[in-house]
Amino acid sequence: MDEKNVTLEKLTEDLTSHIRINRGFVIWMGFLIIGLCICLYAYLQQLRFGLGVAGIRDYVSWGLYLSNFVFFVATSLIGMLISGVLGLIGIKWITPLARIAETIAVAFAALAGLVIIMDMGRPDRLANVFIYGRFQSPILWDVSVVTTYFVLSALLLFIPLIPDIAWVNRKTDHLPGWLKKTYSILSLNWTDTPEKNKIIQRCVRILLILIIPSALAIHTVTSWLFAMTTRAGWDSTLFGPYFVTGAFVSGSSAVIIAMYFFRKNYKLHNYITDKHFSKMGILLGLVMLVYLYVNINEFLVPGYKLKTADATHLHELFAGRFAIMFWFVQIGGLILPIILLLFNRMRKPLPMLFIALAVFIGAWFKRYIIVVPTQEHPFLPIQYVPYNFKFYTPTLLEIAITLSSFFMALIIITLVSKFFPVIPIRETAVERGLIEE
Amino acid sequence: MEEHPKPEENMDKKENAQNPEGEQPKQTSRRKFMKNIGLIGAGAVAGAGALFSADIFEKAKKKGGKKAVLLTQDNKLVEVDSLEMKALEKSPEEQMQFRGREGIPGRRWIFVIDLSKCRNARQCITACQSAHHLRPEQFHINTLEMQENQHTAPYHMPKPCQHCDNPPCVSVCPVDATFKRPDGPVLIDNERCIGCRFCIAACPYSARSFNWIKPKDDDKDKELPYNIELNIPQRIGTITKCLMSSDRLREGKLPYCVSACPNGVYYFGDENEDAVTNGTTKETVRLSTLLRDNGAYQLMEDLGTKPRVYYLPPKNRLFPFEPSKDAEPKKI
Repeated sequence: MDEKNVTLEKLTEDLTSHIRINRGFVIWMGFLIIGLCICLYAYLQQLRFGLGVAGIRDYVSWGLYLSNFVFFVATSLIGMLISGVLGLIGIKWITPLARIAETIAVAFAALAGLVIIMDMGRPDRLANVFIYGRFQSPILWDVSVVTTYFVLSALLLFIPLIPDIAWVNRKTDHLPGWLKKTYSILSLNWTDTPEKNKIIQRCVRILLILIIPSALAIHTVTSWLFAMTTRAGWDSTLFGPYFVTGAFVSGSSAVIIAMYFFRKNYKLHNYITDKHFSKMGILLGLVMLVYLYVNINEFLVPGYKLKTADATHLHELFAGRFAIMFWFVQIGGLILPIILLLFNRMRKPLPMLFIALAVFIGAWFKRYIIVVPTQEHPFLPIQYVPYNFKFYTPTLLEIAITLSSFFMALIIITLVSKFFPVIPIRETAVERGLIEE
Repeated sequence: MEEHPKPEENMDKKENAQNPEGEQPKQTSRRKFMKNIGLIGAGAVAGAGALFSADIFEKAKKKGGKKAVLLTQDNKLVEVDSLEMKALEKSPEEQMQFRGREGIPGRRWIFVIDLSKCRNARQCITACQSAHHLRPEQFHINTLEMQENQHTAPYHMPKPCQHCDNPPCVSVCPVDATFKRPDGPVLIDNERCIGCRFCIAACPYSARSFNWIKPKDDDKDKELPYNIELNIPQRIGTITKCLMSSDRLREGKLPYCVSACPNGVYYFGDENEDAVTNGTTKETVRLSTLLRDNGAYQLMEDLGTKPRVYYLPPKNRLFPFEPSKDAEPKKI
């Protein structure tokens, strides 16, 4: 099909046809909600019997929940990379991907806030953070910047959406009444005038500028939860960049996975094209190369000196209890994908889906590798305690509670993408010369 | 977009184009009017509020006016308006909280642990766990089997919280639940702790423990007023840690672990008095001499934590090292 000759009507129809409640959607949401309910039951158990239902104990006191928190913060950074950095330097091919990236950013940032509450021994005392908050504690920094980033991301998702909501509301008539009503509230009486467009452009530009430092801040501060301690494996000045570059890897892979399914399920083949997959493949390869470089620094520098505590730590990773996971993460989730992405043939949608999945899963386990092993070998020996105090194994309930965050994130992403155009209609139309800016 | 703009908007635009700096179009002036109304309203509310609070203050001033003469902590007489004085009414809990955070004035408590005497009797641990109602796997103090390298002799090392003067755990606490007291100990307020366990992550000495499940004597202790110096009742989902037996110090007694030791391992005392007392022999010695003559050191002092616990090296031991079969965690 000739892309250039698409009329505005056809474009509107193409980009809004997925906004309807069909059977696939009901089944998928049903699956997510049932899954979430099971996991929430596990959380109820934790509320009742205490954090002890999880495998974490006095020595490894941060386990799955905290690794998962780091992962969620990391993945949410993609909004900043795609819309912020690439958008500001005027790269055009990101137009159909920007909203996908922002949706992921909002969902993952929101969930990061919830995930950290799951890790609290006393979630009922959450208010203490605001009543007695000490600003000397990195946790306070984290709370402030995650909230800021979430608000900025939500605005960056919502503001460019306003013209599209108004447009969809005006141009479609198959939608149910309640949805139309929601649209007319959300579109804030938008009409397409040059002044209003200018206001939106201005707002978006300010947000794009603000989102870069705030995104850097959230993940740097998250890395400081670890780097501000003296433990081997965490005591590193490289931790901020280590986390930020790693975040781009997990976020890019998340966007590729989302792209694949939106394109397939919402029939967006003419808008998310093979070219976009190829470009995202190059982007993913690039951020992974940067991450590989940081990884070499992170392991070679202490590995060369082999200070006692670092030596124990590295031994555990390279050849000890965590070796299988470590090498899976480093080879399967980093080195192999980089090599594969060099080939044109591998940057087609389907191979890219599998590569992105491997990278995404690898990125999750990478957080586990960063968080857990360090705590299993503190400076002083672990003695006179039960076996499970010395070696951490997650419990089933803990895994279920961790999974609940993925169900919730998927629910948010599904709802946003289902009821709002996944691809910016107005921007696409402007880009294709169908309407004037 | 391709739709024609509405006629009104068109007109607006024309007007704007004709007189770029001239009169404002109608809509804008209406908005301005509304804005002014809003400003006047806000001003009125603020003014009324100020008048009202001034009135309250004036009334209160009439009630006061009496002066009272008070003696301050540094022996000065000051005159205070009765208006500024408040009756001190604190519940027993509040009093315990208050004095628990204030500490004992003029003291700088300090531990000295003589490793050459420790035979791993573990009575310090038992006494501590029963005083603080802890489970057997929860340690405020633990005795570790240590060996620097394969050519040096192994020894037992009692390890309480080091009560650092530069405590990493206190730095990272988001809610000021764990705090450094002027007289030395690092305490924990389990009524405020949110259970984030950042302090566990930050502590290089693995000195902290957590109530992962219902505390041992939860049902029995539930109704007791919370004593921050004893950390009883223990609470689920909060940190518990060595408190230097602050409740005993207030009574002028030695800490639980110190008095329970059968082998004379512990000295405890006041750095300001330069005197420490052995918990077993009750012999009091000069702190500076003890540290100087025995090559005292601190645990990982290179980390800059400034511990308040000194160790005397495990030299000249008159007994063999007996490894315990319970030291290594075993798979059940």
